Amino acid sequence: MSTGVAVVGAAEADEIGVVPHKSAVQMHAEAAANALAHANLSLTAVDALFTCGLDFMPSLLVAEYLGLRPRYANSDSIGGSSFVAHLHEATRAIRTGECEVALITHGETRRSNRKRGVSPRPAHDDPWLPDWQWERIYGVQAPPPAYALAATRHMHEYGTTSEHLAEIAVATRRWAALNPMAYKRQPITVDDVLSSPWLVYPFHQLDCCLVTDSGGAVVLTSTGRARSLGVPVVEVLGSAVALSHYGISQMPDLTRTPAAITGAEAFRQAGVTPADIDVAQLYDSFTYTVLVTLEDLGFCAKGEGGDFVSHQRTAPGGEFPLNTSGGGLSYNHPGMFGMYLMIEAVRQLRGECGQRQVAGAELALVNGIGGYLSSAATAILGKV
Amino acid sequence: MTGMLNAAPLSPAPEARPFWEAANRHELLLPFCVTCQQFFFYPRPLCPRCGTRDLDWRRCSGQGRVYTYCVQYQTAVPFVTVIVELVEGPRLMSILVDVAPDPAAVRCDMPVEVAFVDRPDGQSLPVFRPASPVSR
Repeated sequence: MSTGVAVVGAAEADEIGVVPHKSAVQMHAEAAANALAHANLSLTAVDALFTCGLDFMPSLLVAEYLGLRPRYANSDSIGGSSFVAHLHEATRAIRTGECEVALITHGETRRSNRKRGVSPRPAHDDPWLPDWQWERIYGVQAPPPAYALAATRHMHEYGTTSEHLAEIAVATRRWAALNPMAYKRQPITVDDVLSSPWLVYPFHQLDCCLVTDSGGAVVLTSTGRARSLGVPVVEVLGSAVALSHYGISQMPDLTRTPAAITGAEAFRQAGVTPADIDVAQLYDSFTYTVLVTLEDLGFCAKGEGGDFVSHQRTAPGGEFPLNTSGGGLSYNHPGMFGMYLMIEAVRQLRGECGQRQVAGAELALVNGIGGYLSSAATAILGKV
Repeated sequence: MTGMLNAAPLSPAPEARPFWEAANRHELLLPFCVTCQQFFFYPRPLCPRCGTRDLDWRRCSGQGRVYTYCVQYQTAVPFVTVIVELVEGPRLMSILVDVAPDPAAVRCDMPVEVAFVDRPDGQSLPVFRPASPVSR
């Protein structure tokens, strides 16, 4: 029901979107400073650091840059879900007293790195490793074809259509229109999505996330200490992480993600059900990622994701407020989006979302997906 | 399509050498767990199902079905990436040849059979094509 741990600060870097004039680690630091200010905490209070996506030794690099010597640190890297997994571990470390104030940071300048000829994050180039040996030679070297393979099977088994996927892109864009920080805010229609060129079948370009530059950070501490900070207290009610596979060809069932495991566990810990959730932030690397995780988390039955998102049900004013920031599809997607799911959930629960605020939001679910639908990390957060 | 296959760097991993050597003989040879009495893929020094190291290499029929596919448009000529489920059980990624790179020309569960593309570097690569009526 309660972990006794709270998220007390959450923020982006000073600028996000296209930020060629800032380094990736600079984005970490700006976001850290902004999240700590949001928490009414100073940098010197931080005794635990979680980060990844940068360098071979990410926590060492970011700790040095921030001037931290954390007594607890972790750089677990399981794809875009990593930062939600960090929240899971930070919650445990604070509960057991191994640390008191945990800072989780993200920063990638993936969009602008291209122009500098810089690889976005540590990439291995050993052709003996399995993804080179068994997948890259057949053209799967990045997420789009991997997720496309999963989506095709879902369409075959359950009759999911391109129109269903497009509903998600359209609804997410409508949320983005309400977010001044969103990169793409021009409304789109289902026809716009369906007439955009194929990136890789069954994905049109508008089924796929943005590539941006961004930094983000969240701060956690015990609920007891949180109450003394003079900020709204958002408690972690349940969290879980699950790993399934690395390469998409090794995924046991292409229509079922590890969110089926993490969702059930997070709901069990929190003592709530999907029907209790007021606002959901689900990783949207692709429209399909949202559709399949809605099913796996139990918001609808397996195979019913298409019907669930139809008629703009997840758009502003709809029954099910989903990805209210505008998501990775329209707001921001620097490569690993998990951080921004948490930031938006915390803002919604603190009532700081302005035009896109979901009235009476008290319970939020965050679900990160990493790799090629390879890992999931779920957190349920509640206003105390 | 085969241009793409010829361009991708390919260096047989030590634990997969029997697979790649068999491919050069136009045979599909997969690791087989003696304990489970089942094939698995990809090759590694233990069975990912039970952990045993009591393994063998055995020839597969090369028959299977398209478990799923996608059509890739980032190359000059689009191509079809598939995950094939072999009749022996394991799934492996490959390319579908002898079919138009058109979503309407491919369907999940369609029967396929192995074929081999001989690369200029001397390594042959298993690919799949629609099963001939005889082998269906």
